[in-house]
Amino acid sequence: MQGEPQVINRPLGRLLTRASGKLVHPDAQVINLGDRFFYTLTRGLAFCVIFLVILLVLDLFRGSWEAIRQFGLKFLVGTTWDPVARQFGTLPTIVGTIVKAFIALLLAVPISIGSAIFISFYTPKWLRPVISYPIELLAGIPSIIFGLWGLFVMVPVIRVLQVWLKANFGWFPLFNGPAVYGVGVLAGSAILAIMITPIIAAISRDILLTVPRTQIEGMLALGATKWEAIWKVALPYARTGLLGAVILGLGRAIGETMAVTMVGGNSFDLIHSLFDPVHSMASQIASEFAEATYSLYVSSLIYVGLVLFGITIIISLLAQLLLWRLSKGRIAILE
Amino acid sequence: MSKEGYAVEGRQRDIDFHLPGNQPEMTPDETRLRVEELRAYYGKSLAVNNVTLSIKTKKVTAIIGPSGCGKSTFIRCLNRMHEVTPGARVEGKVLLDGGDLYGSGIDPVEVRRRVGMVFQKPNPFPTMSIYDNVAAGFKLNGSRDRRIIEDKVEKSLKMAALWEEVRSDLHKPGTSLSGGQQQRLCIARALAVDPEVLLMDEPCSALDPIATAKIEELIHELKDSVTIVIVTHNMQQAARVSDYTAFFYLGELVEFGATGDIFTTPEKRQTEDYITGRFG
Amino acid sequence: MAGNTLYGAGTGASRQHYLYRKGIEWLAWIGMLFCTGVTVFILLMILGYVLYQGASYINWEFLTALPLPAGETGGGIANALVGSAMVVVVATLMAVPIGVGAAIFVNEFPSAQLGRFVRFLAEVLTGVPSIVVGLFAYALVVRPLGSFSGLSGSVAYAFIMIPIILITAHEAFRLVPVSLREASLALGIPKWRTILWVVLPVSSRALLTGVVLAIARALGEAAPMLFTAFGNPFWNLNLKKPIATVPLLIYTYATGPYEDWHRKAWAASFVLLMVVLVTSVLTRVFLRGKSNE
Repeated sequence: MQGEPQVINRPLGRLLTRASGKLVHPDAQVINLGDRFFYTLTRGLAFCVIFLVILLVLDLFRGSWEAIRQFGLKFLVGTTWDPVARQFGTLPTIVGTIVKAFIALLLAVPISIGSAIFISFYTPKWLRPVISYPIELLAGIPSIIFGLWGLFVMVPVIRVLQVWLKANFGWFPLFNGPAVYGVGVLAGSAILAIMITPIIAAISRDILLTVPRTQIEGMLALGATKWEAIWKVALPYARTGLLGAVILGLGRAIGETMAVTMVGGNSFDLIHSLFDPVHSMASQIASEFAEATYSLYVSSLIYVGLVLFGITIIISLLAQLLLWRLSKGRIAILE
Repeated sequence: MSKEGYAVEGRQRDIDFHLPGNQPEMTPDETRLRVEELRAYYGKSLAVNNVTLSIKTKKVTAIIGPSGCGKSTFIRCLNRMHEVTPGARVEGKVLLDGGDLYGSGIDPVEVRRRVGMVFQKPNPFPTMSIYDNVAAGFKLNGSRDRRIIEDKVEKSLKMAALWEEVRSDLHKPGTSLSGGQQQRLCIARALAVDPEVLLMDEPCSALDPIATAKIEELIHELKDSVTIVIVTHNMQQAARVSDYTAFFYLGELVEFGATGDIFTTPEKRQTEDYITGRFG
Repeated sequence: MAGNTLYGAGTGASRQHYLYRKGIEWLAWIGMLFCTGVTVFILLMILGYVLYQGASYINWEFLTALPLPAGETGGGIANALVGSAMVVVVATLMAVPIGVGAAIFVNEFPSAQLGRFVRFLAEVLTGVPSIVVGLFAYALVVRPLGSFSGLSGSVAYAFIMIPIILITAHEAFRLVPVSLREASLALGIPKWRTILWVVLPVSSRALLTGVVLAIARALGEAAPMLFTAFGNPFWNLNLKKPIATVPLLIYTYATGPYEDWHRKAWAASFVLLMVVLVTSVLTRVFLRGKSNE
């Protein structure tokens, strides 16, 4: 009578299509010339994708080889970035990137998962698209526009906030930086949070909608309030996927370039407070690459790119492994 | 009332505050649930039409009928689970000990603590252990005392005839059990809240015959302490476990009476056709 | 109805706990509503601000004229509009065959392990930062050719578009009923013709949607253009030379020192945002139309 929710049936339907698809098209049927050609052609194109990835990795290694030979792994812990002295170490930007990304997560995760819960469980079905569509739209806005908005609208506000924080809570080490710039860790984190919130929210919503109704009803039938059913049953049930969504957001925050370049501040010094300006790995490449005048300089920047690629690819792998089972396909469409 | 007191004597507590004062002595045949002119809708379509019947205390009442006859919808109305489905609504009255479950100001959350439910497919919470599954509903009342909870879990599992099978695996996930065990776990989970009425929505439809037999046996034992309403599409099962039977057809209550009468001397033609297998 | 009022009431500890639970429920609802409100509010603020700032500056000259020398008021971004279009068209020409072809392989030859791996790889590739893609295109095209060029920008865009096209195309093919394929195969039509004549046409709408989404995504990317297309204040139709693109122009203008540049950055953002919004709405309408069929 109540029927299983649609969302449960969908993967099964796919599975069936897949299974029967296999029966209809075993590779053994690829016998006539046209089919054989077609098979080879599409397989070649599939290989193209793999080939491109290998090429990307090779290119990054080749480009950064000079710097790798010169600095080795010390590059990652060195704190001096001095093109004049030909001395390159990128610890401050790695720290800057990670700090900004984590503060962004701290701000974005509660907001985005809260929105996802609201849309999935507290919104009547007809109203859902009205709220979730704008959020998907927000996920599609180019980062350069976030940067522009951040620079001209958000940074002045942040500057006021910083002055106030410094005046009233200046004794607190995190607020004890130069409050004059506006741009810096705080602004960078804030714009990143704004950018990843819709991404995490949209994926989380999809994942929460896959929680079987029977699970939630099971808890409601015990006399739980709706919130208790969500908190004790739905969220634990969806935890893997939600973690995947959060990690995906983290990856975005770490790799994000333009907006952070515009509001994160461009300094190569280790940060000591939330007000300090500091480069992200991506913004460092973006702002210096065209001005890099000698090959070791270029190579060092590509080395930074290689490190950035390594970190983001691991995060992306992790996120996709967690999400793989749950919601194929949605993710890429969203971005 | 001390915390321990009300937690251990949960049932006592329920009767205490729901029926204060001059509480009449319960006779075995007294009406526990009275359904009056109940109508249930999904959007605009009517799933249950104008049903009136009484469910007796500490008896098993079976709801039978062909699929799509509204029997599942009907029992979901008895603990206000129907309205959880988007677009669903209910008209009419369901009186539990005289109080209308659909009266104004009545919180479905409280209703469901007094009228428990077991679903068609076993739905243990996969992220919780067996122990936590059973304690999930019970803990909602705020109990934190481990001894009381442990006690309650053991008692509920014993009532659900599952204790001996799982006593050494209480920390294992609820989903590690077999289908029949999972269903009994869900029964234990519902019993732990001390419901006065237990609704069972085709509890055996996903189970094999041996597991089904165990559940039926359990129903026999449980009716000493709780009023049971069971939906089933299996007439033999209804005949075996129930004291009263209601036959639903196309959303309407066709016939209601003692199980023996329904199965031997049905008054309505449709009932006879159904139980003799001529349709449905 | 004496018993009625007693529901949810009770006395002492249980009553208190019930109220506590209700309080939590209420707080949670308020909290979730707040979260949703914040998210939607920020969106509206950004959209509103860009539309407001941009619309007040935009005019025919802005869309059709070339930029004037720095510091002079007036002029437009025609070269960047054309540049963006050229770069993205070439990128689409590169990305569509690879993306769709690989998707056909992934879906139509499901017993191949390679297919599943490629699909997963595409999923992972969507997480590669666009700046890294820029570095890649730089090393692959700019260095060997010895100059920044629109072509290298196309390569970077193509790299961003391929996984998106692959994934959406794969999802589109998946939705084609097996019975359709069977019907065609049962007529003795070879598999490759079945795919080209049955599967592709049936899924064409979703395919197109995927391509449009990929284009919209690429069009907004500035980071990979920094050291590939590089930008160019003049008119250029030669893809072997540096070429202006809209997102990079926004960056240059926004970080520049002139008030007029800032206004132009808003106006260009308005154009970019319009493209993104219109494609998003159109694809949505398009897909909805499909599900109604």
